Amino acid sequence: MKGVILGFLLIVVAGSASLKAHAFLERAEPGVGATVQTSPGEVRIRFSEHIKPAFSTIQVFDVSGKEVDKCDVHLDRSNQVLLRVSLPTLQPGTYKVVWRVVSVDSHVTKGSFTFRVAR
Amino acid sequence: MRATRARSLATERSSKLKQIFSYKVLQSAAVKIVAAALFVIPTTAWAHGFAGSRFFPATLTTDDPFVNDELSLPTVSSIVTPDEGGTRDTEVVVDIAKRITPNFGIELGETLINLKPPSESSQTGFGNLEVAAKYQFFESDEHEIILSLGAEVEIGGTGNKRVDADSFTTWAPGLFFGKGFGDLPETISFLKPLAVTGQVGVAIPTSASTRTVTLNETTGERDIDIERHPDVLEWGFAVEYSLIYLQEQVKDIGLRAPFDRLIPLVEFAFETPLNRGQQGQTTATINPGLIWSGKYFQVGAEAIIPVNSRTGNDVGFIAQLHFYLDDLFPHSLGRPLFGGKK
Repeated sequence: MKGVILGFLLIVVAGSASLKAHAFLERAEPGVGATVQTSPGEVRIRFSEHIKPAFSTIQVFDVSGKEVDKCDVHLDRSNQVLLRVSLPTLQPGTYKVVWRVVSVDSHVTKGSFTFRVAR
Repeated sequence: MRATRARSLATERSSKLKQIFSYKVLQSAAVKIVAAALFVIPTTAWAHGFAGSRFFPATLTTDDPFVNDELSLPTVSSIVTPDEGGTRDTEVVVDIAKRITPNFGIELGETLINLKPPSESSQTGFGNLEVAAKYQFFESDEHEIILSLGAEVEIGGTGNKRVDADSFTTWAPGLFFGKGFGDLPETISFLKPLAVTGQVGVAIPTSASTRTVTLNETTGERDIDIERHPDVLEWGFAVEYSLIYLQEQVKDIGLRAPFDRLIPLVEFAFETPLNRGQQGQTTATINPGLIWSGKYFQVGAEAIIPVNSRTGNDVGFIAQLHFYLDDLFPHSLGRPLFGGKK
């Protein structure tokens, strides 16, 4: 039994450098639940894994449910875990960010959060 | 299938720790019906403990509501049971779960048991082999709900008698549920990271009683000991507050690794015999603890607090190392055998 356990752990440790997993949100700008003083130029979400841009989206909605982003979701050129979408100048209010990403090993994750523009 | 937990006592004497919330393999005909349904019913499941944006961790005591490729290696527990005036029951459990289709999976579990009665030498041996199947039949991403049906069979006679492994087989069909509260209104957004998972099932032994005949060396007479095995309602739930969900979906409060991957939880596990003279003699434990979920594995630990003297008089513990096989081996072992990308 000890051999089985140690063998499996060895495989995990040795292989972990090349493994991919579910992509979780690590950081967002504007921050999750944050209040920003001025309208942000874009929403940036950094994920825990490399993602497939063709199957990954970020959408930003105002309180009426209208999509307000510029529909130009793209990966950062120098960072394959950073997904970005541009924003027009936003009016003060609360906005909902909805994201759905596919990691390079095809795992799908999704989520949403809000941020508020103060003025 | 879940690791060890205080199972009591469907019998008059036995109170060794066992897996209480087990779901038992369906009978042959039922398996065929479910298997046929799997290939004709469209599925929308994301699998791996997800419902919408909710990630459900694998809980330690109650069973998970989802189907997945996962390996618990090992789950270690220890508690003092009321047997023989206080027997320490220490168990090491290995569980592996494998998806056959995205929504249907099977599981195998085996337990190494050490029993140490007071003032006696300890006994070590294997418990009965446990085999299970589970079908996830409903998922709501919007309301973060998962529902599954399953069944487990503890195969009698496959374990060692010296650690009280039953000589008879026990079947246990059950319903498993998970509900996240991400759909709560924004005014109480800090309750959104809450989730509840749980299960309800009945363990049905294939033998109503066991008769043991021994020779009384003093009187020369035969002593007959009859141990009765009632059907047992097995029910329980886990209440968890996911800091992962809080950070990702509600409010980034600035937690950094490893604290941003923590899920505090409390599990409640109950067993209520239903017949054969033991009805209503519920045993239960309350298990507060913590799970840390990483990319490829999670670790968890809980205290095991007996709620009455029938269950035990001492606080025990359970700890688990649990691997996400679908993340470790997404293109081989970690994907369904049929009908799924994952």
